[in-house]
Amino acid sequence: MDGEELTEQETALYDRQIRVWGAGAQRRLSKAHVLVCGITGTVAEFCKNIVLAGVGSLTLVDDRVVTEDALSANFLIPSDESVYAGKTLTELCRDSLKDFNPMVRVSVEKGDLTSFGVEFYSKFDVVVVSCCSFTTKKLINEKCRKSSKRVAFYTVDCRDSCGEIFVDLQHHKYSKKKNEETIECELQYPSFEESISVPWKSFPRRFSKLYFAMRVIERFEEAEQRKPGELSIADLPAVLKLKKELCEAQSVNESHIPNALLERLVTDTREFPPVCPIIGGILGQEVIKTISEKGDPVKNFFFFDAMDGKGVIEDISGNP
Amino acid sequence: MASRKHLAAVKGAKVLMVGAGGIGCELLKTLALSGFQDIHIIDMDTIEVSNLNRQFLFRQSHVGQSKAKVAREAVLKFRPEISITSYHANVKDSDFNVDFFKNFNVVLNGLDNLDARRHVNRLCLAADVPLIESGTTGFLGQVTVHVKGKTECYECQPKPAPKTYPVCTITSTPSKFVHCIVWAKELLFAKLFGDKNQANDLNVRSSDGASSSEQAEDVFEHRNDEDIEQYGRRIYDHVFGYNIEQALSNEETWKNRNRPRPIYSRDVMPNGLGQQNGSMEKNGASNDVYSVSAMASLGMKNPQDIWSLMENSRVFLEALKLFFLKRQKEIGNMTFDKDDQLAVEFVTSAANIRAASFGIPLHSLFEAKGIAGNIVHAVATTNAVIAGLIVIEAIKVLQNDTKNYRMTYCLEHPARKMLLMPVDPFEPNKSCYVCSETPLSLEINTHCTKLRDVVEKIVRAKLGMSLPLIMHGSALLYEVGDDLDEDMVANYAANLDKVLSELPTPVTSGTMLTIEDLQQELSCKINIKHREEFDEEKEPDGMVLSGWTQSPAVAQDDKKSTANAGSTSNASSSMEAERTDDVETTPGRKRKLSEVPEAVNPDIPSVAGSSTRNPEKLELVDDDDELVIFDNWDSVTSKKIKLQ
Repeated sequence: MDGEELTEQETALYDRQIRVWGAGAQRRLSKAHVLVCGITGTVAEFCKNIVLAGVGSLTLVDDRVVTEDALSANFLIPSDESVYAGKTLTELCRDSLKDFNPMVRVSVEKGDLTSFGVEFYSKFDVVVVSCCSFTTKKLINEKCRKSSKRVAFYTVDCRDSCGEIFVDLQHHKYSKKKNEETIECELQYPSFEESISVPWKSFPRRFSKLYFAMRVIERFEEAEQRKPGELSIADLPAVLKLKKELCEAQSVNESHIPNALLERLVTDTREFPPVCPIIGGILGQEVIKTISEKGDPVKNFFFFDAMDGKGVIEDISGNP
Repeated sequence: MASRKHLAAVKGAKVLMVGAGGIGCELLKTLALSGFQDIHIIDMDTIEVSNLNRQFLFRQSHVGQSKAKVAREAVLKFRPEISITSYHANVKDSDFNVDFFKNFNVVLNGLDNLDARRHVNRLCLAADVPLIESGTTGFLGQVTVHVKGKTECYECQPKPAPKTYPVCTITSTPSKFVHCIVWAKELLFAKLFGDKNQANDLNVRSSDGASSSEQAEDVFEHRNDEDIEQYGRRIYDHVFGYNIEQALSNEETWKNRNRPRPIYSRDVMPNGLGQQNGSMEKNGASNDVYSVSAMASLGMKNPQDIWSLMENSRVFLEALKLFFLKRQKEIGNMTFDKDDQLAVEFVTSAANIRAASFGIPLHSLFEAKGIAGNIVHAVATTNAVIAGLIVIEAIKVLQNDTKNYRMTYCLEHPARKMLLMPVDPFEPNKSCYVCSETPLSLEINTHCTKLRDVVEKIVRAKLGMSLPLIMHGSALLYEVGDDLDEDMVANYAANLDKVLSELPTPVTSGTMLTIEDLQQELSCKINIKHREEFDEEKEPDGMVLSGWTQSPAVAQDDKKSTANAGSTSNASSSMEAERTDDVETTPGRKRKLSEVPEAVNPDIPSVAGSSTRNPEKLELVDDDDELVIFDNWDSVTSKKIKLQ
């Protein structure tokens, strides 16, 4: 057992979860620092989960002010305009989150996440980014990787009733229970860039269609210089054209990416509220596994679509 | 799943939520965010500190207040325009009858016990309202959809009976720590602090038959002039020393077992040490009886520590003393409560001393509390995921999207790459006594079994009815209700004590009985078959109900010892199986979908309330603090001990 013991207060508050993951894991959680960039309904769910779990600190980055859209799936924002007027999303979320668990330090960092250097990201054990561009994801992932200490990197996106989580734990050591015995395991992760460069042709036949669809949307937004989610049904013809080109370039059949799926993703770019707790719950669980170094983590993509109800893990490492 | 389409269905819907705990908090929030505008929520519980790690609508300052009420207020803060109606009440109250249920378009359960789940299932069937059931434990969870006539009802598959232990395992031959906990909680704690008139097996010892019971009664009585310290040591020496010596004298018992070691207080704690125990002042400040603590007065802090035999002995004596000095008024009518610190300390220490005596590894207070309180492992993330899945199913139900109904499992380890696994719902079980008309069959000795036994062991315990009515043709044999006149009450009371074949309308082989529950609007038929003999060990009830298969409730602990149990040989003690290693498997129906994970099964604990259909169906209980409490399951038979 490393470090100091849990306090009486911690033991009482965390009783039920210590029964799930043990006192050692709880201690590791209480020393972990988590950074979250980009507030969405799904991210709000994630934040709630790890604040309740009792991480050491949570830092929020997002300078946007509250809009009607942001209110729609976010329970951290009071509906009273006199309260939220003039405040940023992160400030409002911070105030609500602090209330959930006084033992967790919740703070706000202002500024553009692309401008932060490696030394900023190295202050954290876990970095989660949401609603940012393809380029930004790659950039932050690289900065996390340059840190001398391992910084676990996650992206999370939710559109309509679909969600995607990407995980880069670089080199991860953990323990798990198998047949009553504890065994030590290790995993090696590719970066976001490495992962999405894996040729589509090499994927197995049954493969998550959502992966391809998300890449098409990502490329489209990048090429058109749109903000994430800045799409409408009017963009569908152009998106379908891009899909065709990508499929040809990757030599895969176009039927891998159903047009109906792309249509859903461009038509309703907002989160379908019941999907937020599902994606935010899975992401919370994954981050807890990573910090506590217990249990098999997702490697390295997770997809959920409420249409078929499946929550699927895909390993896209290029070395099957 | 475009949000526009479902919005109309959601906006006009009136939803009933049962339970405002771990799943309930997540569910209420998610319903509100998803556009539901008329939500009713029932919960009888109040908020506790250990809820706060996941029931995120509650704060420290809410401890002690109604969950339903506080949850409502919290959600209205971010969705003030919607209507939430809260009820701080038991869903089994007569106010929540079939007419009440008929007001709703869908019912969503976030419950923590089998009894309430069965009750809600029956009301939903009677009111013809779709039900969405859910449960979580640790990282595992599930959501199921129950629509009358379209999918199976909650009771279409039998739930496993609570795990039971032969009484003698508890009283004489414990081999696992849980046996020591059951002994400390159900026998010793109940004997010292509970209702003196309650039957208690503590004084039944394998060696010295019936004569001991009077003696033993005296031993546990605190004499008026007796020093409390001395009294504690006397109890200690009696239960951990003398009783063990007595048991040892029966050589037969120990032929194939390790002999236990009698433990006397003088050996563990040299004289005088006990007296310097504890500075009472530390406990003096607070008026809250639940804050009285032996650990605090002994300066022990960490509930994760495993105490030595001496430390356990000091806690035992200190806790006993504190009960008599600080909580004298409660003595005689206490029942064990996992949130009662002093009670947990007493039970932990007593179980550990007994464990030491029998060579069983000792456990920390934290662990002992989990076992004694049947505490379910619970985390926020699983509840959040399950709540999202419930809302997705609820929206399908409201749109009458029958072909897309799914039951979904939330797994800890992926199966076929899936962490969330949807499966087609089952069709109704044609022989389910709850949602079909198929009669049950009861083998019973009609010449010597009283109607009372049928009411208690079958109608209440097995069929889970609370307001039963029994008819033979058009003749009423038994009925419960407030509006009965005195003659009828006397009549029914007389019937209870008659054997079946001697009732005014005799019940014999071939009789078809009709059993109804007026509140649940459930009616079922039972075919009576006379049978002379029953196996005392395998059929302790002296009757066998079949048709709707009840899984056997036999613990796999040492059954050999039953021979020693004397008068209680057919008794068994039971506890809800929370962390049992042995997953019960009975052959289930063939699945349509081949997607159900074989690989999952070994990781799924056999949880109370879970279906016996493993590996086809993994059913988990929810979430909340207590594991399923089988209120009507076992408690009616005084010969059983259960850990609850």
